[in-house]
Amino acid sequence: MKKPVIDAQNVDLTFQTNDGPVHALKDVNLQINKGDFVSFIGPSGCGKTTFLRCIAGLETPTGGSLTVNGLTPEEARKSRSYGYVFQAAGLYPWRTIAGNIKLPLEIMDFPKAEMDKRVEKVLDLVDLKGFGKKYPWQLSGGMQQRASIARALAFDAEILLMDEPFGALDEIVRDKLNEELLKLWAATNKTIGFVTHSIPEAVYLSTKIVVMSPRPGRITDVIESPLPKERPLDIRDTPEFIEIAHRVRDGLRAGHEA
Amino acid sequence: MSKIIPVLTVLVALIVIWYAAAVKMNSTWTYDQAERAGSEVTISELITDTMSQKRPLLPAPHQIMAELWDTTVEKKITSKRSMVYQGSITLKTTLLGFGFGIVIGIALATVIVLSRIGRLTLMPWAIISQTIPIVALAPIIVVLSNAVGTGTLMVPKAIIAAYLSFYPVLVSMVKGLQSPDQMQLDLLKTYGASQSEVFWKLRLPSSMPYFFASLKVSVAAAFVGAVVAELSTSAIAGLGARMLIGSQFGEPMIMWAALFAAAILAAILIFLVGGFEKLARNLMGGRAV
Repeated sequence: MKKPVIDAQNVDLTFQTNDGPVHALKDVNLQINKGDFVSFIGPSGCGKTTFLRCIAGLETPTGGSLTVNGLTPEEARKSRSYGYVFQAAGLYPWRTIAGNIKLPLEIMDFPKAEMDKRVEKVLDLVDLKGFGKKYPWQLSGGMQQRASIARALAFDAEILLMDEPFGALDEIVRDKLNEELLKLWAATNKTIGFVTHSIPEAVYLSTKIVVMSPRPGRITDVIESPLPKERPLDIRDTPEFIEIAHRVRDGLRAGHEA
Repeated sequence: MSKIIPVLTVLVALIVIWYAAAVKMNSTWTYDQAERAGSEVTISELITDTMSQKRPLLPAPHQIMAELWDTTVEKKITSKRSMVYQGSITLKTTLLGFGFGIVIGIALATVIVLSRIGRLTLMPWAIISQTIPIVALAPIIVVLSNAVGTGTLMVPKAIIAAYLSFYPVLVSMVKGLQSPDQMQLDLLKTYGASQSEVFWKLRLPSSMPYFFASLKVSVAAAFVGAVVAELSTSAIAGLGARMLIGSQFGEPMIMWAALFAAAILAAILIFLVGGFEKLARNLMGGRAV
């Protein structure tokens, strides 16, 4: 068996706050393989975002071991292993869409001609061709979020970490972006870590669903999805889909009762 | 148009009150003169006289306008009595002080935002600096800058203007440079950006709206600083000096004309800064607010 891209062994994270220590993550064990689409689902405070931030090296676990491509998260970050997409698009209002996508490329010292080529490529990938010269305020919320995904894709990181990227969008836009994200994933074969609150979103997108529960933040269930890689939107009405959704819901409920 | 009408209404009301006040305040002189001559004063005589005295207590608006016209348009610009000449000196002081103020304000704000030590040590002193009356400080600044041999009065005057104008820039820039939220900072961290990249690519552009908002306050402060500097450094040129001369030599017209020239100049400066702000906003891709 090949080595997992992300390997978490007994990861613990305790925050020291004024009200005493908060156990954000406890005994988290998880392996993510190359090309997996992994969703983290759970109620607020279950540590799903915290775990994603640990993978990104934005938080440091206080116990256990966590490796990304065999490196520490900190080293992985420095070797540009992943692109991160936040809940808010966070585009710079003083830069055009193309300028925003260039931001990571400028910091990573890409040559000028290469930058333009990459901007074109990722704009095409997220279906925003021709919007490069527009400013963020001229785009709808959904388009802004697509631009922020393009920005995360621009430097061609192997892993895409997404923290509730569609959480602030309405359901119609969200459905469309989910569908597009799957196409994008099929086209680029990236490993994706995806945090969400929505059960249908998690089931629709993922090859692996990680159900988490709070106090302390921990994994209560890991579901390998039997759904095929090709997924039209109406797959959500099939018995298989509903069964997985049911299992996720059970997992969430069990976590709450514990 | 709907904006103009309220403004004009207030203006007309002010002028009416002003004329009434001019009649009342200047009437003492008229009555004294009449008594000495042993004649009576009719209402119409009272009004014409109070509007045309050479040294009225309160000049009527049209007298001030006439004086202003005379000292700006009629006088040669090189004349010491020209308000354009005097105004240009004040303007030069203002712009120098304003420029210094911007540079000092941004520099201090940068140090305060980027270093904890800077924040702990500099900010309290910046606040204290604004509690000292500038009028008390002005002569000291003149003496000290003379002692180090700056030669002209322009340097201490500009320092005084800068002293007042750096503070609004400092306060706004500290707020502006700290305006990016944690998410924005995290995003740059995931790219492995250095401190200086975070500053140039995120903090500085984010602070621009705050910066431009502060410029309007700052340019007005620099202007007040320049006039106060002229008043309190026994300067012989500049609008502040004209006001002083007007008051010392009992020439209210000069005083009032200098005051109006100062107000008009300040309005022009603020208008220009506003235009500059709009231009910058367009260049930074902003939508019309």
